[in-house]
Amino acid sequence: MNDEKHVPAAALRRYATGDPRSRADQVWAVEAHLELCARCRERLGEAVTFHSPETAALVAQVQTRLATEVIRSPQMPTYRMPRRVSRWAPPGFWARLVMTLLVLGAAIGLDLAGSSGLPPSVVLLVAPVAPLLGVAAVWSAGLDPLHELVVASPRAGLFLVLRRTLAVLAAVIPALAVAGWMTGASPATWLLPCLAFTAGALALGELIGLRWAAAALAIMWTVGVITPSVLTARAPWVLEPTSLPYWAGLIGVIAVALALRRDAYKELRSDSWFVR
Amino acid sequence: MVRAVSAAETAARTYGWAIHAEALRVRAGRRMAVDGLDLSLDTGVHGLLGPNGAGKTTLVRSIATVLRPASGTLTVLGETVNGRIDLRGLRRQIGYLPQEFGFYRRFTVREFVEYIAWLKEMPPAETPGAVQRAIERVGLADRADDRMKTLSGGMARRAGIAQAIVNDPRLLLLDEPTAGLDPDQRLQFRALLRELGTDTCVLVATHLVEDVAAACTDLVLIDAGRLVFQGVPADLPAAAGEDSGSGDSAAERGYSAILRRHREAQP
Repeated sequence: MNDEKHVPAAALRRYATGDPRSRADQVWAVEAHLELCARCRERLGEAVTFHSPETAALVAQVQTRLATEVIRSPQMPTYRMPRRVSRWAPPGFWARLVMTLLVLGAAIGLDLAGSSGLPPSVVLLVAPVAPLLGVAAVWSAGLDPLHELVVASPRAGLFLVLRRTLAVLAAVIPALAVAGWMTGASPATWLLPCLAFTAGALALGELIGLRWAAAALAIMWTVGVITPSVLTARAPWVLEPTSLPYWAGLIGVIAVALALRRDAYKELRSDSWFVR
Repeated sequence: MVRAVSAAETAARTYGWAIHAEALRVRAGRRMAVDGLDLSLDTGVHGLLGPNGAGKTTLVRSIATVLRPASGTLTVLGETVNGRIDLRGLRRQIGYLPQEFGFYRRFTVREFVEYIAWLKEMPPAETPGAVQRAIERVGLADRADDRMKTLSGGMARRAGIAQAIVNDPRLLLLDEPTAGLDPDQRLQFRALLRELGTDTCVLVATHLVEDVAAACTDLVLIDAGRLVFQGVPADLPAAAGEDSGSGDSAAERGYSAILRRHREAQP
């Protein structure tokens, strides 16, 4: 290395210590050279540490203050509401919520218009399967454009599924409560069946895919309970208060099944239909 | 902005290959799309070439820990992909752009990449900076706060590349990344690939021979789920030799010549 082209050690030390005897033109020359020469900047760093501890202390102090400032200063535009909701809600949440509300609205209409004399309230009959419309979209390739990315992400798993399901329930259950209050269907009669169907869809979804599980349960309920009740104009025994302990027991069994197979939503897929 | 190096990254590597497959078989529906593949890949940009239906996407999906291998062994970043492994830890180190890449249309580009960063369990304090850097690297900084539905096809594809690189993956899997990119963006993308390839294992599945010839350090050619050829892109023109396959460039002629020779050799 040719030392003649670099800043002499004495000049660098005077610059580092801020020696009042150094001339302005010399300081400028040193600074001009430092801007272009990494080697001399390194030497300056050494010179500051050795000859001017007060400068080093000042630099450290500035760094400490800056660090706290940087942490406090906002780095991003303020959060928009949809983004926070999206971390909880399943994809296509709003569209499915609107569909659910329309179904409930129709049920309320049927109950209030004329047929209110019949024992089975339509709202009560629909309530157990009402969340399934939203739950189907929680973990489904067809309904979630990002599904393949979600499946391949570290957050994939039962926890993410439950989180999204909770968002669905948080929207659907208050709507059901309002519908029940308008038509006289007490939450005590439909809340447990509603939760049992939701949990049942999640458990069955571990085996056949959530979308198909939700569809299968909704069809079973429609064929097995709603249709006979409407035809015979009698309230189904499964929604009588006496059957509530059975629903509670069913929820317990399903919860155990979910817990036992909790890795199913995280695991590698053997069938590509699950991916598509 | 310099990229943050985590403590886990500075740990010594205990595996030889980023991707190592032995007699790998992966099912796609009823068909065995990957059928007895042997492959070893490490740091660098690897182009995965093959005709339609050769099993490229199925292979990439199994490396991305989406599909379970039917038989054989697949080791990704030192973890054997089957049965009981720490999938979360492995998935955090992978960046993946699927072939059919969908997105939530109402999200802005930044929200979309941020959502993926959240799915990849990145620390919340690092996320905003990492998201901004990923968007800048794919040249979408001026559209960062526009909604995804307003983007053109090529721009959406670049947002897809941004989400794949947001977590500074050790293994980056890109399935057809250049689909819909205009020539200028394609050049920028190749430069990005070369930059990423210095410290990452990048696997680019494509059917565009010229992309591979221009940007990849290594070339893997598969057909009917089996490895046909592995070498450097410069081997392609040489492979054509006297046997002039069909194609406009020397690389394309080499590609078709290798494929034809392989198929003729099959019983």
